[in-house]
Amino acid sequence: MATISEQQMGERSADASAIWRPRLSPKARLRWDEVEKRYMLVFPEAALMLNETAPEILKLCDGEHTIEGIVDSLVQRFVGIDREAMKEDVTGFLTRIRARGLLEG
Amino acid sequence: MPAPRPYTLVAEITYRCPLRCLYCSNPVNFHEMRNELSTEQWVRTFSEADDLGVVQVHLSGGEPVVRKDLPELIRHARSRDLYTNLITGGTLLNEEKLRLFRDCGLEHIQLSLQDTDRKAAELVAGVRSYTKKLEIARLIKQVGFPLTINVVLHRLNIEHVPALIAQAAELGAQRLELANTQYHAWAQENQTALMPTRAQLDQAEAVVLEARPRYQGTMEIAYVKADYYSDYPKPCMGGWARNYMVIIPTGEVLPCHAAHVIPGLHFDSVRDRSLTTIWAESQGLNAFRGDAWMQEPCRS
Repeated sequence: MATISEQQMGERSADASAIWRPRLSPKARLRWDEVEKRYMLVFPEAALMLNETAPEILKLCDGEHTIEGIVDSLVQRFVGIDREAMKEDVTGFLTRIRARGLLEG
Repeated sequence: MPAPRPYTLVAEITYRCPLRCLYCSNPVNFHEMRNELSTEQWVRTFSEADDLGVVQVHLSGGEPVVRKDLPELIRHARSRDLYTNLITGGTLLNEEKLRLFRDCGLEHIQLSLQDTDRKAAELVAGVRSYTKKLEIARLIKQVGFPLTINVVLHRLNIEHVPALIAQAAELGAQRLELANTQYHAWAQENQTALMPTRAQLDQAEAVVLEARPRYQGTMEIAYVKADYYSDYPKPCMGGWARNYMVIIPTGEVLPCHAAHVIPGLHFDSVRDRSLTTIWAESQGLNAFRGDAWMQEPCRS
């Protein structure tokens, strides 16, 4: 039984970018939506409509990339994006979907 | 008012079930409703649901595994790129079926457990099933499915919530749903035996709130409160007849699985009309939309 103590949780959020290597939960699937012409994240309890960057973030949630790694990859891809703002977006998005049980680790 | 886009289809493909749970949410006269839709009718219905914009299908019941055509239904749902979830009691599963369902494209399994105590679990389920269910939970993980465990809470098991949480984690569930009994259908018949006390409910909720942070990132714990003790009744699933529909074994399209007991509503069957037509025009579904049902002066 794997549990995370609250102390470790605190460390994680304080220094998330260094150690966090998010992996998309196996129950969640990226699905192209023909009706709205954009990606959604589908899982048993709901479906989330995604903006343009979210699917690119999720494709990098493979348990290998760190937050820094994800941000680096996105900054290269979306030219002219501010790195700090992107990092804030990525961290915020991943924290939210993690709270919904959509990320492992 | 144009019909909204539905996202979720709950396909109750049969009312047949080897379990006899005291809190069963199937209608009390389900034994009279044996005229199940055929494979072809379900296949057409899934295609029409996809065309309407549905993105996920929950194969439910009754016990959906009693239907011999379940592999075909899973395969068709996936061919339409529908997220496909099986909601099962587990007792009719085995490794061979699980591998077959996986190869057909099934993506997730929700397994019901009754209790952590064997005797109490089997008293509530009405048949010997406890050991088999645990064995199936392990096989589900072994075959590689993400697993949700759901437990309906009532007076006899609500004090076992700490043990239920530990058990679900040990079984490798990525989500545990602890849902207080909704008192309609069989649960209403058996209400005297099932209703917990206010103190039991408060205690269970406190245990869940305490446990959640410990399992964050490994297991999500959902807790559905008891309507009887909430400040307000829950809104209707957040989307009855709007982003969610239930089709019962005989083909009627409902806003929720218990709606056929509401007087004055008529629900159409996919046997008689296309799902597209029903979704747009059904009197029973439209009653849950907009504000035409309101009396003056509330409406204006």
